[in-house]
Amino acid sequence: MSEAMQVPEGLYYTKEHEWVRVEGDLAVVGLTHFAQDQLGDITYVDLPEVGAALEQMGEMCVVESVKAAADVYSPLGGVVAEVNAALDDAPELINKDCYGKGWLVKLGEFDRAEFDNLLDSAAYRKLLSERE
Amino acid sequence: MRFTPHTPDDRAAMLSALGLQAVAELFKEIPANLRSQAWDLPPGMSEPEVCHYLAKLAGMNAHQLVCFLGGGFYDHHIPAAVDALISRGEFYTAYTPYQAEMSQGTLQSMFEYQTAICRLTGLDAANASLYDGGTALYEASMMAVRKTKRKKLIVCTSVSPIYRIMLKSYTVNLHLDLVEADVADPAALETLLDQETAGLVLQNPDFFGVLKDCAPHFEAIHRAGGLGIISCNPLALAVARTPAEMGADIAVGEGQPLGLPLSFGGPYLGFMAATEALLRTMPGRIVGRTSDAKGRVGYCLTLQTREQHIRREKATSNICSNEALCALAAVIFLGLMGKQGLVELAELNMTQAAYARERLTAIPRVELVDEGPWFNEFRVRLPIDARVAVSQMIDKGIAAGFPLGRYYPDQANNLLVAVTEKRSKEEIGYLAEGLEAVL
Repeated sequence: MSEAMQVPEGLYYTKEHEWVRVEGDLAVVGLTHFAQDQLGDITYVDLPEVGAALEQMGEMCVVESVKAAADVYSPLGGVVAEVNAALDDAPELINKDCYGKGWLVKLGEFDRAEFDNLLDSAAYRKLLSERE
Repeated sequence: MRFTPHTPDDRAAMLSALGLQAVAELFKEIPANLRSQAWDLPPGMSEPEVCHYLAKLAGMNAHQLVCFLGGGFYDHHIPAAVDALISRGEFYTAYTPYQAEMSQGTLQSMFEYQTAICRLTGLDAANASLYDGGTALYEASMMAVRKTKRKKLIVCTSVSPIYRIMLKSYTVNLHLDLVEADVADPAALETLLDQETAGLVLQNPDFFGVLKDCAPHFEAIHRAGGLGIISCNPLALAVARTPAEMGADIAVGEGQPLGLPLSFGGPYLGFMAATEALLRTMPGRIVGRTSDAKGRVGYCLTLQTREQHIRREKATSNICSNEALCALAAVIFLGLMGKQGLVELAELNMTQAAYARERLTAIPRVELVDEGPWFNEFRVRLPIDARVAVSQMIDKGIAAGFPLGRYYPDQANNLLVAVTEKRSKEEIGYLAEGLEAVL
């Protein structure tokens, strides 16, 4: 199954299936292709408030799909700088383009040292293959 | 929807699949001292004995009294069609309809109930009911706490004291800051509002039967970033300004006036409606209307991922049950009344109550406490302790009202009198004459 799952290079991943990518001063966070595939059609995202302080691997938001509601954990500690408001009307963007238009949150004030606790694409791909 | 209990054969098959001899083996993990001991039930009775025994118990009820009791629960006429329809086998089950495939009728009735509650309150979305008005008020308060992530709730002292007791017991371990205060004057409210205030809870008509304008209060709570919650009498909504018109975010209340009999402890009906922005924080079941693959209209439970059977510890509420049969009675009652009929019924209640006010205030030393406007209930100040007056009136076959001293120690002489469409002029006359005689 993991063969079909997209795991782009250059991103960092969590064991809970979130990804994070640095864009300037901000860290963009989303759900991996595997996560959205497991959840099925996503119907709602309960996004955090801008300004909320998050801890690494603390609860960031909740996504609801036709099958389940799942917690999303913040890959890094930081402060919510921006949320993807487009998801309010179109949560399916996560299913359609999880590494692009389906991003969830942009974090500021993060600590680069925390990347050491995350997986690179090779490690995440290995994690997925071990699930089989 | 039909429900068929397990037959002895079903149970035997399940036990055999589990490799067990008896159902009791399933409970052996529970320490013996915590398991039920002997039930010690008396020997069985024959059918005539049971009828005799129950008739004797029923005879101890005070149902012959002419009822002017209110305080949240009212003696309204219930059209015979309500009981006849809800007693149909398709509806008369305690089991909630998870399976849309076999429950379209029940689901449609719940959807129509939700629609009726939305129309009464003017708000966007209603759930498929909660236990009763008190638990609905608790749930609404918790919606405000969850939505605002704040901990302080301001509850007006003119909200039902019974509901306020329930709110306190439900939240006792939730570390909330529950502030009870008389905030009838918006200026009094302003001094209590702060950045920690999650919500403001008001009641309309208030516990003393007075119709209120809550709009200034809800404007104030919105300025402070909190939510406005209103507990209301659904029958009064036919004539009063709606929660939506007054700017409430959440409306709840006791649905008993809509075709449900008075009974000690219920079952009653908690209704709840809210703005669309709060839809996902709303507890309980919600029925949605959709279309199937062939384009036909169909109904199903929706937004179920918020519920405890899927989200468990993250559920919106641990009260996921509803009062489907009571909600059905309410929607049948509303259907029988119709839009204009409900308005006329509400007006009749107000007219009868106004006549009772006229009669009671004609008694020397009996005074109105409030200036109105009232719905179908009002308080009068008696020259003696209202409890004494009420107990003497019981001997005359009249439940004269609710003595407010029970919940408001400074109101020992105040009597809350409710008058529904069922009270005739003659009965109101008995009340006035009887009361004058005991004072």
